[in-house]
Amino acid sequence: MNWITEHKIPLGSWMEAFVDWLTFNAAGFFDAISISLEWLILSVVDIFQWFPPYVPMIMAAAVAWALHRSIPLVIFVVVALLLILNLGYWQEMLETFVLVLTATTISVVVGIPIGILAAHKPRLYTYLRPILDMMQTIPTFVYLIPTLVLFGLGVVPGLISTIIFAIAAPIRLTYLGISKVPDELIEAGKAFGATPSKLLFKVELPAAMPSIMAGITQCIMLSLSMVVISALVGADGLGKPVIRALNTVNISQGFEAGLAIVLVAIILDRIFKNPGSKEEG
Amino acid sequence: MSAISIRNLDVVFGDSVETSLTLLDQGKTRQEIIDLTGSVVGVHNANIEVAEGEICVLMGLSGSGKSSLLRAVNGLNPVSRGELLVQDGDQMVDIGSCDEATLRHMRTQRISMVFQSFALMPWLTVLDNVAFGLEMQGIGKQERRAKAMEKLEMVGLHEWSDKYAHELSGGMQQRVGLARAFAMDSDILLMDEPFSALDPLIRSQLQDELIELQQRLNKTILFVSHDLDEALKIGTNIAIMESAEIIQHGKPEDIVLNPVNTYVENFVAHTNPLNVLKGRSLMTETAQLARDDGMLIVNPNDNTRISLDASGQVISASRQDKPLALHHWQEGENIDALAEGSLVTASPDISMRAAIEIRYNTGLPVLLTENESLVGVLSDKDLYHALLGKHFTSDAEVTSS
Repeated sequence: MNWITEHKIPLGSWMEAFVDWLTFNAAGFFDAISISLEWLILSVVDIFQWFPPYVPMIMAAAVAWALHRSIPLVIFVVVALLLILNLGYWQEMLETFVLVLTATTISVVVGIPIGILAAHKPRLYTYLRPILDMMQTIPTFVYLIPTLVLFGLGVVPGLISTIIFAIAAPIRLTYLGISKVPDELIEAGKAFGATPSKLLFKVELPAAMPSIMAGITQCIMLSLSMVVISALVGADGLGKPVIRALNTVNISQGFEAGLAIVLVAIILDRIFKNPGSKEEG
Repeated sequence: MSAISIRNLDVVFGDSVETSLTLLDQGKTRQEIIDLTGSVVGVHNANIEVAEGEICVLMGLSGSGKSSLLRAVNGLNPVSRGELLVQDGDQMVDIGSCDEATLRHMRTQRISMVFQSFALMPWLTVLDNVAFGLEMQGIGKQERRAKAMEKLEMVGLHEWSDKYAHELSGGMQQRVGLARAFAMDSDILLMDEPFSALDPLIRSQLQDELIELQQRLNKTILFVSHDLDEALKIGTNIAIMESAEIIQHGKPEDIVLNPVNTYVENFVAHTNPLNVLKGRSLMTETAQLARDDGMLIVNPNDNTRISLDASGQVISASRQDKPLALHHWQEGENIDALAEGSLVTASPDISMRAAIEIRYNTGLPVLLTENESLVGVLSDKDLYHALLGKHFTSDAEVTSS
């Protein structure tokens, strides 16, 4: 048995060498991504901050009303946002919101086409599945390290880690939705002469829409759950006061920041939950 | 020209089509081919011509290949070998070998389909479901909705146009399916067990509606069914399939009278022959009637007799030596108005149901005449014989013409 322990396979060193190689050879590429994403997020935050707080509040209330036509929900959204403002976490809330929004948008834009492709090519999904499983099971801190090395401190490694963690949801649920479209609907589409693209947009996507929407909602929630971890690598937002409270054993700050995160989570969940399936999630 | 012409068609599902076809030619059975290659033979060596305006019913148990054959006609199933020609204007298009664009043209303009499970899009309203095919044809929203509304009116559902499919009953959903197919204005309609998922009353009602619509629209319909009564009711011709092959193809009456094997006999034994059988195939022929004193004895029990002139025309009739009035019954004439004791003559093409009704009203056998001369008599014995399903067993030769 000694022989086994004496001849350790240098898996860790290989990975490190790979990351070093990436940093050395593709630094420009990663820097470009880092700079442009950071610029994008900060500008969006600036735009929101430029408005007095009641403007985003009215916008949120309007979106809630437009999607759900529910007065209690609108009241809840306004009261929750007022509480966050009162606690003094308005700016952090905006930063978190923009981070979640960006991560979700990128995840959805990339994830839905991958999900569609995987549903059409079952072979692809057999390769994809272990990768998705890995992305969701590897402890976040582990890939936080290479992303930190590649993208530097700040909001971008947080964003990338969030996407790695959250993108599996839209991919999986799009795949599930498209592959669960009843055969007879596909056959009806074909029998009436649908082209492949019409089949996708007029039959498959509408039929899979409830599942895809569930994937998007899940993606938002997963992104939000990464807020504190993103703060560890320097992303701004509601995670920062939580980390600070942890380091200084500050119960009151921890509670307030935590409450603000929960409120944002509830607001996003209630607003983006599929209006058609009220009993869900 | 046939609307659909199928020649030596094989449909094989699976990866090893070539090998399976070779094995088929070597005379291997379906099961042997599944065991050897994993491929399933859906249709083997099908030959069938469907004329314009005809309703051709593909009949068989589940797994007999009837749906596989139907789905090959619009290319939902692959044509592994053979010809599958569908009329398009002046030419015939081979569905098996045509390119994607031609196949799409055939699907949008020539062939439409009705599904067993309705296959309505749950996110579309009834109106937009009917307009679905038109959308695939590339017709604008206003125009296709107007056209869809017209078809919805045709099936009597225009008041339901804003509802969603799940808000409708099964029978209504299938009417929407029918309207969707009719909206395409294509001449060929494929119907895959369209009424099987419905309860018997609604099924019968929709069959009547289909027959009525067909009389107006005169489509060419390929219809799949596992119910011989349905096939007999609506089919111009019936093709019976067993183990991927067409084993009998003919008029409904031929199938009922001359089943080719026990598989078909089993189907026939469970059908209601009243609407299918014609007098000609049930009657006792003139030559076989007993003669006495130059007269023909139609019913020995009550001594009903008729006398014929030299050309075979019935000139007089009597029962127990009392004269009987003669009446010639035309198709469509009210049977209930026939008086008890009038001896009816009718065409040999009279349906069994009408013959029994006449017998019930007059209390006398029915005489069958063609070109004014007597060809045979339908007596109680002939009718019971058919009702008991004995007309296709060994003694069938006596009664069938």
